[in-house]
Amino acid sequence: MKELIKKKLQEKLSDYIIDIVEFQSDLTFVIKAENLTIISKHLRDDVELEYSLRDILAIDRYTNENRFEVVYNFFSIKNKLRIFLKIKIEDAESVPTLVDVFQSANWYEREVFDMHGIKFYNHPDLRRIYMPEEFQYHPLRKEFPLMGIPNSISLPRN
Amino acid sequence: MGIEERESFFTTTIDSLVSWARKNSLWPMPMGISCCAIEMMASADPRFDISRFGSEVMRFSPRQSDLMIVAGTVTYKMSHVVRKIYDQMPEPKWVIAMGACTSTGGMYRTYSVVQGIDQFLPVDVYVAGCPPRPDNLLNALLEIQKKVKNGNQKSKREKIYIAE
Repeated sequence: MKELIKKKLQEKLSDYIIDIVEFQSDLTFVIKAENLTIISKHLRDDVELEYSLRDILAIDRYTNENRFEVVYNFFSIKNKLRIFLKIKIEDAESVPTLVDVFQSANWYEREVFDMHGIKFYNHPDLRRIYMPEEFQYHPLRKEFPLMGIPNSISLPRN
Repeated sequence: MGIEERESFFTTTIDSLVSWARKNSLWPMPMGISCCAIEMMASADPRFDISRFGSEVMRFSPRQSDLMIVAGTVTYKMSHVVRKIYDQMPEPKWVIAMGACTSTGGMYRTYSVVQGIDQFLPVDVYVAGCPPRPDNLLNALLEIQKKVKNGNQKSKREKIYIAE
């Protein structure tokens, strides 16, 4: 079943996919940011696939080139199969939003923005979701110290 | 009870009567934020039975409570809520910092967790443990009762540490 799906996706989406990585039964497609909407629409609308979005996360590789990776986690209940889409971006580069295709992407993208500072353009409501709104930093970036920056978050008066 | 300037037999006796009554009916405000709250609930069950000490009335309303049991990890975002609820409790009031996270930040040595609630709350008793056993929480309650019985302000500021 998995091979069939893989083959089908390769045929349909071959123009958009840069690389396919299969590691310990995890299937990852490396794609370009501008093709994200087309690919995820296809994953959602194809009646044999019926993928839905499960999670969006980012990885800070802390390298000079391709510093961040944004990973989209899709799962098909119909086929019991999971695939990952991966976008490699530079520091301060932004990514198109997925809210037009999956409404649930709204809060996932807010989380990625809050933790890594990656901006999603055309996002309807890109605010912080975990940290206080006046907080200046993005805690999951590698340059952020583990214990935080002193006095960057307010405490109540004693 | 400042009825007279000099403390007479009458006022001191009334004082000790009031603090005796107060110590045996401490109503906790259960500030259960995370897993320590489960042990706090266990201390109210028949096996440990916090009502032996008159503190079974867990009021989820700060206005009716005089003892705050902060049970759980306090994040910076939550700290404002904890302080606000503490401010709503009527005087006199006491605070138990239950568990490692509440007392020192515990295993959450990270940017989002307050490293000890004494940074923004006057804590009376610290209880060690992750989470503490219910009997240790009862021990803390007894320490608070001793403080209430003594009644004077000096002993109120004294901090008590209970080992695991």
